[in-house]
Amino acid sequence: MSNLPSDPSRRTFLKSSSMLATGSLLVGFELPYSLASTPKPSGAASLMTDAFIRIDRDNTITVLMNHAEFGNGVYTSLAMMVAEELDIDWQRLQWEAAPTEPQYYSPIFGEYLTAGSVSTAGAFVPMRTAGAKTKALLVQAASLLWQSDATQLTTNAGWITHIDGRRVSYGGLIKVIQDHNLEPPKTVDLKPTSAFSVLGFPKKRIEAPEKVTGQAVFGIDIKRPGMIYGAVARPPVYGSRVIAFDDKAARAIPGVLKVKAIDAGVVVLAKDYWTASKGAKALTVQWDDLGLGQLSTAAFTKDYRALSKTEGLLAEDIGDAKGLHATASAVHEAVYEMPYLAHATMEPMNCTAQVFDDRCEIWVGTQNQGNDRTVVAKMLGLPETSVVIHRTLMGGTFGRRASKTADFITDAVQAAQGETVPVQIIWSREEDIRGGHYRPLFVHRLRGSLDAEGYPASWHQTAVGQSIMQDTKHDPTYMVRDIDIYSVDGCLQEPFGVFPYGTAYKIPHHRVESHNPPKVGVHPHEWRAVGHTHTGIAYECFLDELAHLGDKDPLALRLHLTRDNNRMHQLLLRLKAVSDWDQPLATGRGRGVAARVYSVSPIAQAVEVTVDRDGSFTVDRVVCVVDCGFAVNPLGIEAQIQGGVMLGLNAVAYGAIDLVAGQVQQSNFHDYRPLRINQMPDVEVHIMQSDAPPTGVGEQATTPIAPAVANALFHATGKRIRQFPLDRFGFTLKA
Amino acid sequence: MITIVVNDEARTVSASPDTPLLWVLRDHLHLTGTKYGCGISLCGACTVHLNGEAVRSCTLPVSAVADQRVETIEHLAAGGDYNAVQSAWLEEDVAQCGYCQSGQIMAATALLNNNPSPSDAEIDAAMAGHICRCGTYQKIRAAIHRAAKETKRGGPSA
Repeated sequence: MSNLPSDPSRRTFLKSSSMLATGSLLVGFELPYSLASTPKPSGAASLMTDAFIRIDRDNTITVLMNHAEFGNGVYTSLAMMVAEELDIDWQRLQWEAAPTEPQYYSPIFGEYLTAGSVSTAGAFVPMRTAGAKTKALLVQAASLLWQSDATQLTTNAGWITHIDGRRVSYGGLIKVIQDHNLEPPKTVDLKPTSAFSVLGFPKKRIEAPEKVTGQAVFGIDIKRPGMIYGAVARPPVYGSRVIAFDDKAARAIPGVLKVKAIDAGVVVLAKDYWTASKGAKALTVQWDDLGLGQLSTAAFTKDYRALSKTEGLLAEDIGDAKGLHATASAVHEAVYEMPYLAHATMEPMNCTAQVFDDRCEIWVGTQNQGNDRTVVAKMLGLPETSVVIHRTLMGGTFGRRASKTADFITDAVQAAQGETVPVQIIWSREEDIRGGHYRPLFVHRLRGSLDAEGYPASWHQTAVGQSIMQDTKHDPTYMVRDIDIYSVDGCLQEPFGVFPYGTAYKIPHHRVESHNPPKVGVHPHEWRAVGHTHTGIAYECFLDELAHLGDKDPLALRLHLTRDNNRMHQLLLRLKAVSDWDQPLATGRGRGVAARVYSVSPIAQAVEVTVDRDGSFTVDRVVCVVDCGFAVNPLGIEAQIQGGVMLGLNAVAYGAIDLVAGQVQQSNFHDYRPLRINQMPDVEVHIMQSDAPPTGVGEQATTPIAPAVANALFHATGKRIRQFPLDRFGFTLKA
Repeated sequence: MITIVVNDEARTVSASPDTPLLWVLRDHLHLTGTKYGCGISLCGACTVHLNGEAVRSCTLPVSAVADQRVETIEHLAAGGDYNAVQSAWLEEDVAQCGYCQSGQIMAATALLNNNPSPSDAEIDAAMAGHICRCGTYQKIRAAIHRAAKETKRGGPSA
């Protein structure tokens, strides 16, 4: 007996697998699912019943995915939404990346973009509506076919059954719909939560079979007829320009086809990637560093520290923290410093492009294909509709594949200009780590005082770091009074700009200022949870400092500060119970907590650590409670929490990108250390029961872990860490 | 021209002899399930089986494996069934982005071939060379235990 799924469409991977294994399938192979840029037109064999749903005669039902899948599980949750209303066997659904057309733009961003932990929230009504409208259309067709009232029909698992026993598949109704030009209704009723049989239940990843057999197609796996490969010699100082290059040695390598300068450096084209990369290493390039060779992270840190003492742009001023601090008997002050961080996705940046006289085709894993298309169209002087992007799966992104400059795409397009075949550019791991897009370095200065009972009375925080959004196309939306709302996201008590949430805490006097130092050198870039990756550490660690100053239990203090925020208060009570917070710990062990609100969803984590005398430590236990509204796919949420915890723990333990003389010092996984399986604690995930509309869960777990661990280390040792990563300042996560 | 035996079939390629097996598999044979991650044997994404043992293909010159037996992720379910590790991976819903998973599965399969019921510590030791940036480690551990149990129960072998 085969243990493979019985559905024929889910079996197609095996066919291609054996074909691949025998080598009979080479360039331009047909994938088990289509990467076609446009949906098949309605015709004899298939029908688009809706922008998102296509039904084939053989009853294959395909969901067009308008959000990118990079491990986030969004293909699964979107398919679940359709399946719930369409009454289709969940396992039967197929998926396909939707093209770059307006009907597929994110309803939240108004552009084709997957970001901000809002995909599931934004899709929750549209995708269910698509399923419900399609079902109504099919029922209408069956009524017509059998001349029966709709009340005599039931839908189940892709079939419509008449009360008298007759049945017809959804695909079997295509002809009726086409012959009679039937249209779906303008409005439909959606199922109430109580009637759900798919949504809210743990569902396994829809594309998992492809991912355990090597059949999943990532950008780097694209093969096109005649395709050649390119490797780029990039400058040691990011942002430098080519003055001249000597390619004699490179051209002497058999298999090297061409060498040419592009904006990013000098590209060597060859018959395979290995040859191209050897060619790139054999080049001698003369660079103009445009004065960037003097930049260093040490100088940035020093400058930002000085800047943090000066008055910044005022983001929030509740009460009179400044006035209070001028007269208070004791003001506690601390400075927190967080380095640049690389994303280091498992799949390095890559892109395949073919440039024709009048159009351009691109195969790439991207979060941001709307902007990518705009950038490329402008660069080539083509109308946007003449730039076609085929979105693939992605081997991680953490924000990196939402490039504002489409940097890893323009490389390939420029390399493909003047060529008659497609060109695939692959970044080496070293190029990827040194790729110049990082979570910005930030310095936060915090000052606080306590009231007579030892609770925080005042808070004055100054955040200093390069703005991500300033002078980008998102400037008008994300800059408020010249303040990047990401620079202070997670510091403010009140909603700010387009972010409709604050911290869950209430401190009577609360002032937050922001400085935007010049955007020079590398690019400040979104990194999973964006601003919270630094504001979370600064805020939650300093809150811990105030708790200890006021002789308060850190979790009890957070419960006190959330008295007016029932959602977070209830979540913290749950955390207290499930984490055994009040159980005593042995000497050398410590417990820490942090609670955050990111993209609307509250989340909190409690951790336990064990620290040796030499500062080496283990994270023994992580307990996480999250409230993301209605839990669309509990299994997917669990995965996102576990993954977020790992990435956040990895960053706080080891993560840092250093610039010395303008050059990124790190290069590969030996000096930009990833967390490994033997260091990964089990993460206990608890989801608050809720019928509120779903909110984000993809980035939330990344941020509480870092301050929770730092606070636990303080609890265990009495040593407060205010500079990161931990392994540079006395605490090394055991290998 | 170099001949290697990939997934039970002799294949002759015209790659330069210093080409790592990884790029021969990917660019010459279009077996793209084996992934590039670091190029210096630090991440495990490129893991294949060489004569039944898990090896890193990104630093292994193709000339060093001439006429030897190479098995890739594409071949694990060649008989029509997932192997025990693949089945357990699906049951535990391990993959997130999935990019490292070919290497993880090849390593786990080799582990279970050598040690049919590994402890947590033995799993950690065998899998510590395999990086996952999505953080699927907890589920990898669970899936390996599940595969070990299913294999003992007489299910498909790893």
